[in-house]
Amino acid sequence: MAIEWYVVLSSLIFAVGAMGILTRRSPIVILLCLELMLNAGNLALIAFSRMVGNQEGQVFALVVMVVAACEVVIGLGIIVAIFRRKLPLDVDELRELQG
Amino acid sequence: MSCTSWAWLVLLFPLLGSIVIGLGFRALPAKTAGIIGTAAIGLAFACGVATLLCLLGEDPEARHHASSLWDYANAAGLDIKLGIFVDPLSVFMVLVVTGVSTLIHLYSFGYMQSDEGYRRFFSYLNFFVFSMLLLVLAGNFVLLIVGWAFVGFASYALISFWYRRGTATGAGMKAFVINVVGDIGLVLAAFLIFRELGSFDYETVFTKAPQVFSVNEWTITAICLLLLVGAFAKSAQLPLHTWLPDAMEGPTPVSALIHAATMVTAGVYLIARTHVLFDLAPTAADIAAFTGLATLLVAGTIALVMTDLKRAIAYSTMSQIGYMVVGVSIGAYSAGMFHLMTHAFFKALLFMVAGSIIAAMANRQNIDEMSGFGKAMRFTSAMLLIGGLALAAFPLTSGFFSKDEILAFAEARGGFYVIFTWLGYVGALLTAIYTFRLVFRILPGKACKEAQELIDTGHVVHAEPENPATGEVEDTDVGFPGSEHHIAEQSWPMKVAMGVLGFLALVGGLVQVPGVDDVIGKFLEPTFADSPLSHIHPTVGAEWEGLGIGGVISIVGIGIAYFLYVARPETPAMLIQRLRPAYTLFHNKWYFDELIDFLIVRPILGVGRFANRTFERLVVDGLVTGTAGTVRGAGGIVRLVQSGFVRSYALLLIAGFAGLALYFLIQSS
Amino acid sequence: MEAVLFFAAAIGALGGAMGVVALRDPFYGVLALVIHLFSLAVLFLLLSAAFLAAAQVVVYAGAVVVLYVFVAAYVGGDRESELEPIRGQRFLAPLLGAALFIELAIAVLGSSLLALGTDGPDVKAGFGDPAEIGYLLLERFLLPFEASSILLLLAAVGAVILAGRRVDLGSGPSGSHSRGVPAGPNPSSAELHDEEAPQPVGGRQPGDTSDEHSAKRSEGVSPA
Repeated sequence: MAIEWYVVLSSLIFAVGAMGILTRRSPIVILLCLELMLNAGNLALIAFSRMVGNQEGQVFALVVMVVAACEVVIGLGIIVAIFRRKLPLDVDELRELQG
Repeated sequence: MSCTSWAWLVLLFPLLGSIVIGLGFRALPAKTAGIIGTAAIGLAFACGVATLLCLLGEDPEARHHASSLWDYANAAGLDIKLGIFVDPLSVFMVLVVTGVSTLIHLYSFGYMQSDEGYRRFFSYLNFFVFSMLLLVLAGNFVLLIVGWAFVGFASYALISFWYRRGTATGAGMKAFVINVVGDIGLVLAAFLIFRELGSFDYETVFTKAPQVFSVNEWTITAICLLLLVGAFAKSAQLPLHTWLPDAMEGPTPVSALIHAATMVTAGVYLIARTHVLFDLAPTAADIAAFTGLATLLVAGTIALVMTDLKRAIAYSTMSQIGYMVVGVSIGAYSAGMFHLMTHAFFKALLFMVAGSIIAAMANRQNIDEMSGFGKAMRFTSAMLLIGGLALAAFPLTSGFFSKDEILAFAEARGGFYVIFTWLGYVGALLTAIYTFRLVFRILPGKACKEAQELIDTGHVVHAEPENPATGEVEDTDVGFPGSEHHIAEQSWPMKVAMGVLGFLALVGGLVQVPGVDDVIGKFLEPTFADSPLSHIHPTVGAEWEGLGIGGVISIVGIGIAYFLYVARPETPAMLIQRLRPAYTLFHNKWYFDELIDFLIVRPILGVGRFANRTFERLVVDGLVTGTAGTVRGAGGIVRLVQSGFVRSYALLLIAGFAGLALYFLIQSS
Repeated sequence: MEAVLFFAAAIGALGGAMGVVALRDPFYGVLALVIHLFSLAVLFLLLSAAFLAAAQVVVYAGAVVVLYVFVAAYVGGDRESELEPIRGQRFLAPLLGAALFIELAIAVLGSSLLALGTDGPDVKAGFGDPAEIGYLLLERFLLPFEASSILLLLAAVGAVILAGRRVDLGSGPSGSHSRGVPAGPNPSSAELHDEEAPQPVGGRQPGDTSDEHSAKRSEGVSPA
């Protein structure tokens, strides 16, 4: 398959993830959507790495996976902390950031 | 190991000690902190000795090494290395600093034991020693300035160590501000040097300077004068000296360490270190010498009338540093450094004695209230006597050889430099009188209440804690002095420290007896060999002649003091009556504080008030209020967007991203 | 064959992604993510990134998703209400998503990057193998590699601080301790006491029950 298929697929997944972040309100699902976007980035990275025949892009993708793992750990930690405090698990309810 | 590795270790230990105590001050037991602090400096001293041995093993011509760990800053023709410079001069200073500091740490280990801030004290003290060593070992002007500023900060922290005492924090600020004035001078000098010579590195600067500058050219004179501003502020020379007496608000070991033995000699070291530049600017050197002379006389007269024990010794310090400044400015480099060393011994000793006596007096420092300690505290009294003899340059003590060597050099140089010899002898007479005024006031006579208590019960008097300067009531919690400071008789670390210093103060001068040996002169010779003044050597006969005069003057001075304060104790009051104007002048410290207040502080305050009243109100306030109003208005609009919904922020973010992508797409197509 | 695999995987990945976004229950969302991740792994294999495909399955589908499942189960699968509190969000979100996709697609397809156009250059055997990637990681990218390991460590510490129960931090591990006693057939009391010796003394708090615990336990065991 030509590389552009992969890249287009990746941008499609990215857009779907972005849309998910905008529409969903459960913090868990938002984290899932973030995963989608990161994975889309990974797919693009690997596709490009294949396109130029260079494995460095794969190393980069690996680092992105590390970052994603960190983000998951912290995000889920926050979710658990929110839950412990008996606060609602809804990002719209947590709006202390108001101006 | 090479010489420079040892020197790096010298720097490392105090820094480590400071960090370990500073970080672990909650976890460490107080005693451990004291042991770590003292051991760190002791190790530094050991490494200093190793450096010395390493240098001695080399050819005298090759005894200078530069070493750098890494680049500190490297850009556009500027290359500053984190480097040190090891040569006889810096090693000499390292040995003096670490050696005396070790003893002072040992002393503090006993003296400060009841103080709540014990660990903090040792952390500061170690940091101070590190800064001082950095200053001394620095291999370029930038690192010198870093050490210079660190030392200033450390002295600020230590003077204000009892931070709940208003007078102490005030004194700390005063010291810091005046030191910063000096820092500015030093920094400007470094800038000028860099502009003219294109380097901050000692070796480059000192080799290039004679090729670039001609003698007494205005730039080199300006550089030297700016260096002098820095040196004078650190070394408490006129007119930047007013912080030193006030700095006696700090704990006594601090006075001994910073304000007698090490920090205040930084200016002397700076002049000696940059002697290549001063050789090119004889005018500046002469100005320095005359300032030193003025300081030594003015400070000597003030010390005659001070009733505060520590302040009297502080003025004596100023006066002795005056001798050193005279020495290194007229070219008697090794003599000046020699006096620096012996002075460190006996002045640190005197401060330790003062600390012990003040402890016995329940923290009061007025010598009018003291008498009869000779019987009450035998060891302390013996040490006071030794320190006093050395300071008064009594024959065969350390001060005797070092002071007269400077004066003999001045005479050998001839010309108008003879003034320094004669006025120096006047200063020596003053020194002997004021020193033995202290001794005769404190030791003999009927025991005062506190001394009697000590004789009767063997315990130190307890008094309600109060500020000796203002009489304010205090407590003994952290931020104030502890419940009781130890006296030397009851604390072996203090005894050891004072004993060693006493021994050195007595015999330390014997390393440099004219015609017999010349240890320090020989050792320092490679550093100063390139000076055009290095060929001047007073003949052995002239030196002994000078020593004879000095000895006689010293004995005469002690005799006068004996006459005034023991044989006819009523004469001083009479003299005060007779010489009322002079007394008032001396007692008010020649009105230097008032002069500075009138010439500098008031005008600046006035300008500040004027600016506050008009410029600030009209222009700045107008601008600020206007800006604030505008921002508030704009903020009100932007606030509408800030709904607090994270998702609408995300929407904006993605919209922005989409817009940006659109822009780039349109632009690239 | 390759095209078939690609389309199958692409449909799986996209379907999974859509599932994550569309399914109301977060728990099902996580399951949809699993499908998505596996499909992506297949795509990685097609792009001859074998090591990454394996990492994707092991790290993501294995570890991360399990974490998600745990948390989703822990906090409960609340369905969110259909009501949209932010005006215009429901309308703008898909619009922006579509705009994003179209822009990205144009950017990629319209760029000169795809001069290669086809499958990319022939790569040597072993492209993307663990050995190759490992060599790159430990030779050329050692510093980023170490930096990312520190990042992971920091994240772990952060998570512990975020989610840890603060109240219990000071007390001794009384609960876990009783579990830690060797459940041998006949534990001698001497052994037991040895076990008890390293109990944290400093960390104990007034209200702590670990004293009673150990006392009871030794009472109960000493007859044996």
